[in-house]
Amino acid sequence: MIPQSFEYLRPESVREAISLLQQHGDGAKILSGGQSLIPMMKMRLARPEYLIDINRIPELRYIKEEGGYLKIGGLTREADLEHSDLIRLRYPIILDTAAAIADPQVRNMATIGGNLAHGDPANDHPATMLALRAEIVASGPGGERLIPIKDFFVSLFATALQHDEILLEIRVPIPPARSGGAYFKLERKVGDFATVGVAAQVALEESRACKEAGIGLTNVGPTPLEAESAGDFLRGKSLDEATIKQAARMAAEHARPSSDLRGPASYKTSMVRELTIRALVHAHQRASQQAPR
Amino acid sequence: MAKKIRIRIKINGVDRDAEVEPRLLLVHFIRDILGLTGTHVGCDTTNCGACTVLLGGKPVKSCTVFAVQADEQEIRTIEGVANHGKLHPLQEGFKEEHGLQCGFCTPGMIMAAQALLERNPHPTEQEIRWGISGNLCRCTGYQNIVKAVQYAASKMA
Repeated sequence: MIPQSFEYLRPESVREAISLLQQHGDGAKILSGGQSLIPMMKMRLARPEYLIDINRIPELRYIKEEGGYLKIGGLTREADLEHSDLIRLRYPIILDTAAAIADPQVRNMATIGGNLAHGDPANDHPATMLALRAEIVASGPGGERLIPIKDFFVSLFATALQHDEILLEIRVPIPPARSGGAYFKLERKVGDFATVGVAAQVALEESRACKEAGIGLTNVGPTPLEAESAGDFLRGKSLDEATIKQAARMAAEHARPSSDLRGPASYKTSMVRELTIRALVHAHQRASQQAPR
Repeated sequence: MAKKIRIRIKINGVDRDAEVEPRLLLVHFIRDILGLTGTHVGCDTTNCGACTVLLGGKPVKSCTVFAVQADEQEIRTIEGVANHGKLHPLQEGFKEEHGLQCGFCTPGMIMAAQALLERNPHPTEQEIRWGISGNLCRCTGYQNIVKAVQYAASKMA
């Protein structure tokens, strides 16, 4: 399958990329890892006139802790996250998520920025970033701005990014001591998109009661979803079997899946409940094991 | 038609340059322009991995990369695996352990396995299976492919 013809541009800086986006308006698309965009172009579901390849802008690829945040550059490859010691040791929920995306070849090209900016509810990082209460740093002609993740996913394939903005960085507030998270993905086969995915991040009080909980859902609606009521319910409660089951029931109520080749809607809703239980149990375990910082 | 772009690529150690349309897929550049047809188009939907090549040392699916993205980069394909006619341990392994039947997936499998062994010279069976999880085989059921990679790992140790 051959994409429609397009002009190819390769800026060397963020400023240049933004100026090209401004110049070419709706006809331009950013090429990051291309692992979502290029398949769409091959099927001619996407037909940009101008492709702006940002892969040679060096300063967009990093994973670091700074100023109370985990900061990940938009061009960081999924493979970088998968093999990062910092992520493995301190943010295993992000390792769970990156490792669940597609396969090794795709992970060498695919970027976390693209995974979020594409606006596909089937992508995995959105649920995790919702659970982590992340912020998106966007850069446009007017400068940089911060977009809270809960405002980022607007509708199917549409995010809060303006047309002339680039996703520069993902910022995760460093969780307090006694925090833990996990991402569980149900898929028909390795490399598939999620039938259902659930991300859970919890922080515990010294008493081990839940201080804060965030639950994100993959591929059960037109956008990635946060199960806010389930997170609110858990606050102040002990994370025992009954509470977790109740939270899981509430998370399932947020889900609005479609019936498709991955299963009927009722099945997917049941699986949200089941995966929420597993994610909360695992998050709780990780939070309990974590030594005080 | 879009403006053609001049690209310079080092392929299996040899510098080549060409003028290509931006929409030319890397797999088509490799097969049709460079004439290296060992890299295969299987599914064309980023699933099967038959198109796997090493780009900058990393395995990628060349049906999902534009040739222009590979400008100024190094590419290794199956044709570059043997050492002046001497089989690479992976190629020996696929032969000794019957790791192929029709052979269509095999170049992609070998490129993925080569990248795996370069990063992790002593993989467990789990790690091998994970390393080739982007490559599908309709013939073998993967058992002998895993053995072929294990053979190569022990030969290269």
